[in-house]
Amino acid sequence: MGKSLVWGLFVILFFLHQDFWWWDDADLIFGFMPIGLAYHAGFSMACAFLGWLAISYAWPHDLEKFAEEE
Amino acid sequence: MTTLSVIIGYLCLLLALGFFSNRLFRGTSKDYFVASHSIGPFLLLMSVFGTTMTAFALVGSTGKSFERGIGTYGLMASISGLVHAAIFFLIGIRLWAFGKKHGFITQIQFFRARFESDSIGYLLFPILVLLVIPYLLIGIIGAGKTIEPVTAGAFPALFTNPTAPQWLGGVPPWLTGLVVSLVVLSYVFMGGSRGAAFANTFQTIVFMIMGLVAFTFIINALGGIDNAGKVPARINEKGIIVQDFRFDKESGLLQQNDPPKTIGRVIASENSDFTDKQPHFWREPIAVEFKTKNRKTGELVPFERELGIPFITFVTYLFIPLSVGMFPHLFQHWLTAKSAKSFRLTVIAHPLCIMVVWVPCVLVGAWASGVLPAGIPPPAVLSAMLNLLVGDPVLIGLLTAGVLAAIMSSLDSQFLCLGTIFTNDIVIHRAGKNKYSDKQIIFIARCFIIAIVALTYGLAMLAKDANVFDLAIWCFSGFSALFPVVFAALYWKRTTKEGAIASVLAALFSWLYYFHESGYGGEYMVGPGIVPAAICFGASALALVLVSLFTTPPSKKTIEKFFPK
Repeated sequence: MGKSLVWGLFVILFFLHQDFWWWDDADLIFGFMPIGLAYHAGFSMACAFLGWLAISYAWPHDLEKFAEEE
Repeated sequence: MTTLSVIIGYLCLLLALGFFSNRLFRGTSKDYFVASHSIGPFLLLMSVFGTTMTAFALVGSTGKSFERGIGTYGLMASISGLVHAAIFFLIGIRLWAFGKKHGFITQIQFFRARFESDSIGYLLFPILVLLVIPYLLIGIIGAGKTIEPVTAGAFPALFTNPTAPQWLGGVPPWLTGLVVSLVVLSYVFMGGSRGAAFANTFQTIVFMIMGLVAFTFIINALGGIDNAGKVPARINEKGIIVQDFRFDKESGLLQQNDPPKTIGRVIASENSDFTDKQPHFWREPIAVEFKTKNRKTGELVPFERELGIPFITFVTYLFIPLSVGMFPHLFQHWLTAKSAKSFRLTVIAHPLCIMVVWVPCVLVGAWASGVLPAGIPPPAVLSAMLNLLVGDPVLIGLLTAGVLAAIMSSLDSQFLCLGTIFTNDIVIHRAGKNKYSDKQIIFIARCFIIAIVALTYGLAMLAKDANVFDLAIWCFSGFSALFPVVFAALYWKRTTKEGAIASVLAALFSWLYYFHESGYGGEYMVGPGIVPAAICFGASALALVLVSLFTTPPSKKTIEKFFPK
């Protein structure tokens, strides 16, 4: 369940990266940030959140144990 | 002169750090190559992040944004946040586990064992060296391009042949490249991978802090955050590209151009609604013509440029960040980890660190289009902005040290990794483990590092005008074409030695073909804008799957070794 959720979100994020809907939009948000750049900065934060989910729900415990065994 | 003194002071500090890490050096080859697997989460994050962010991240991203606009961030930074973190999680932890369990120090040792083949090591060694060298070159070229503008006027009688007339008397790129190479060589020589991890951590902190400081000063000089958004070049109702502002260095103030200064014109665009738009703030491609001053004759010469990014290019760029899965220097950093848990912070924080560094650089590059001449070399944009907008020489020195920190935090790992793979995969592999003592092994690694530094320096002087961003993309393209080999080695039991060799050869020949077509390092797209890395990756993956299916599977012993239940 946890791994499927993480993989599902990974695929969704991949598609969300292709933001063609703002391709020709040069509007600024907060008066200085182009909307296309603000969106991708938000995308970077979403990636960090996905990393946290991966560590919490899909951590490779077996592999860790295998590496630590003498 | 003050700026130069600050930069020299920073380089001396790094040398001191090298001496310090040398005191912690345990004297064994394992400590020299992988720091005895002792690096914790924070040092791992800083060294991995510092290694992946080089001149490409600061100098290259600012230059590319100056050329093509804010699409540069999505093109390389945000997709890297997703792909890099996934690779650290899926590839990095797994390789670390096998390295720790079976005593691998290099990638080639892993591949030799996984594919039960000596020949794959001899095939991979020259290819890895060939691909790391452009990565090293961008560091040395980037350093040279950064220092010259900020030291302009320091030695007018000594350095009389500048890259651009306004930089007369600045420290020339050949001298900067030489000094940077020697400093990096010194601390890698003394401290090995532990020294590189310490230096990387220190330098990563320096360049992140200095980047934010530079960003703040640039915003202030542009009249505050709201006004900065108005600065980039604009297209007027006649399709002429104009600069509405100029920065007056004497008063230290941004002033309105009345009338706006013409710098170029739109030649072609699919979008007709661009009046009063700032093309650096969108991603729709438009062809424009600018004019630049000929260095010798002073004549204005027209040149064409494409602003924005074709959508197909944007999509296929996702193949470029796959390269981190095959970087030999990153493999070495992964192996320095104390435990699998050390990776956790890197997986989460790496995308955020990328954001902190890249967003300001991309904004500065876009803003630069409104105050710098269009013909300025892209790698010089960041330092030209610092020189123009930040008046205080001490501050410029500190900010430039930050740029050098980003550059050197990659150079060190790359130099060290080449020494490591040569010593372990060629010398020790051929001679046998017991032929050399630990001291001799370290000596051999150091000698090879010196040879590589000398070779890289010579090549950097020959390619001194190369575009840092484009050259880096070629390096990454080669490594991403090799990605199917490492992924299949870890996740597909049926992958065979022959399949891996076919994949490496397909990656090599397809990459060489496109590299040649690009004129050896220029920007190059296939068809409607597909990046060559996508095609090289496809060729490599196809060769791997087809040849593996038609050849004998690996032995049961190997499968059990690399696919534990």
